[in-house]
Amino acid sequence: MSTFILRRVSQTIVVVLLVTVLVFAIMHMMPGDPVLLFLGPDASVEQIEHYKQQFGLDSPLPVQYFRWVENLFKGEFGDSLVYRQDIGPLIRAKLKVTLTIALPAFVIAAAFGMLLGILAAIYRGRWPDSFITVLANVGMATPTFWLSILCVYIFSLRLGWLPVQGFTFPSEDFALAVRRMILPVSMLALGPMAVFARQTRSAMLEIIRQDFIRTGRSKGLGERRVIYVHALRNALIPVVTVMGMQLGYMLGGSVLIEQVFVIPGMGNMLITAILNKDYQLVQSTVLVISAGISLCNLLVDIAYGYIDPRIRIS
Amino acid sequence: MSATINKAEGSPPGPAMVNAAADTVPKMSRTRLFWRTLLSRKTVMVSAAVLVLAFLTAILAPLIAPYDANAPDLRSALKPPSAGHWLGTDALGRDVLSRIIFGSRVSLAVGFVSVAIAGSIGMLLGLVAGYAGGRVESVIMRCIDVLMSIPLIILALFIAALIGKGLGNVMLAIGLGMMPSYARLTRGQVKSIKQLDYVTAGVISGSGKIKNMFRHILPNCLSPIIVLMTMNLGMAILTEAALSFLGLGINPPTASWGAMISDGYNHLRTLPLLSLAPGVAIIMVVLAFNIVGDALRDTLDPRLRGAL
Repeated sequence: MSTFILRRVSQTIVVVLLVTVLVFAIMHMMPGDPVLLFLGPDASVEQIEHYKQQFGLDSPLPVQYFRWVENLFKGEFGDSLVYRQDIGPLIRAKLKVTLTIALPAFVIAAAFGMLLGILAAIYRGRWPDSFITVLANVGMATPTFWLSILCVYIFSLRLGWLPVQGFTFPSEDFALAVRRMILPVSMLALGPMAVFARQTRSAMLEIIRQDFIRTGRSKGLGERRVIYVHALRNALIPVVTVMGMQLGYMLGGSVLIEQVFVIPGMGNMLITAILNKDYQLVQSTVLVISAGISLCNLLVDIAYGYIDPRIRIS
Repeated sequence: MSATINKAEGSPPGPAMVNAAADTVPKMSRTRLFWRTLLSRKTVMVSAAVLVLAFLTAILAPLIAPYDANAPDLRSALKPPSAGHWLGTDALGRDVLSRIIFGSRVSLAVGFVSVAIAGSIGMLLGLVAGYAGGRVESVIMRCIDVLMSIPLIILALFIAALIGKGLGNVMLAIGLGMMPSYARLTRGQVKSIKQLDYVTAGVISGSGKIKNMFRHILPNCLSPIIVLMTMNLGMAILTEAALSFLGLGINPPTASWGAMISDGYNHLRTLPLLSLAPGVAIIMVVLAFNIVGDALRDTLDPRLRGAL
């Protein structure tokens, strides 16, 4: 087991390091000078030189890369050109906003998605199955940003039940925070919920056909025990894999949701940074997102190794 | 004459005849069986009809669109639906229905081209990685892992920001973003097929590596890859819409469903149809692709259910 963990950890480290190279290379291939974009077309040559020196953009690329990675190890991400502040605390603050939306969305998506998947599997071929399958298919085909706009139109503009946009931390004003979070959280949860429902349904149907389920039934176990204890536990394995991937999808999806609901999170910051060619900020944000996803996948894999010995051998 | 009759009717058929019969009869019935199974469900039939309609709309757009999709007419800006403009007009006075009709060209083109880019590059990388093994495989797969650790929309945003906006660039960005899953899938397939006897026989009989890869292994990996391509068409269309919504997609004034949703958002209170109508078009096409993709998977290889 320890060999397996060591191998997966080293693979993750290599992946994260390669991500730093990729992100750095892409950002520096982008057309346009970030300092010129930042200062405007009227900037003097002295001003441009001064800012290039200040942000370290006058050094050769490999030097810039190694300086950046070295600083990363020290926990220093550098300064943002657009926000004019240290990137580390900036990302922490924005990540907190995004996670405030993404975590409840993930929990809701996982809980309801699996529940719907189980129901669809139990009532296979009957109306609940058809209804849930149709709902999941439509959910996967609907652009979240479009559905968000539709919900804003219905619930905010027409009915006036919920605020149109904005964000408040629950610690500041709980009631307002909940009212403002209902739409973005449910919109962000919808896509992954559909995926979880489909995945759980097919995994359950696969498991229900197995011999040990028949054995459980024939030795007189109640249907509820067969489904929730024996079948679900085994069906969860493929669902958990999808969970790791869906968390990444949610961070991606939050870019769109934050744009519609004007939420000052990571996604919003990433778009601002890309449009303003804020190299440092984009590479740091993408790195944080990708490292987070790699870490989640690592944890899922290790958890797997414990649950299912076949995985650590393969 | 009698000799011919004897050969055709009396004597047992020779090996050539048996082969010919085996080649023609099951092939015909297999093709028919494929289509019959594929289109057996009503939803699949309806989805296929929606796709045919979407293709016809895209091809015949200049003939069926009531107005020029890109010509502004500020005097009739932001008009609600009427007999002249069934879905109203946008902020520049352009007919929304005509723009939706022309938008189908962008969506379908992005869908097919980006999936083709993803499929061909991913397949090639997966084939080389799976066949070569060892260090080559490790290097390729680590690079694929890197791309997979970044969500598709963020990767596509990133590439689109690098190479700029525009139809071709969006196709390339989405294609490169979706490529890793093809590389992984092909590699897995190649690794299992590589061990089969007929491939070993090919190696023993002296066929070269390239011939072995492309002639013997690749054709046998194609079925799940084709299924994944069909299933990814919808995802490519959704990603294009998202990029255009964020302002990093198709260049204006070309009609794109995602950009239309974004433009209409500013007028949601007065004219919700501007934003909502293009979304319905996206859902219909993506849903149809997904349903046909699922059906294709179940028909070609039911074992892939859950894996793809």
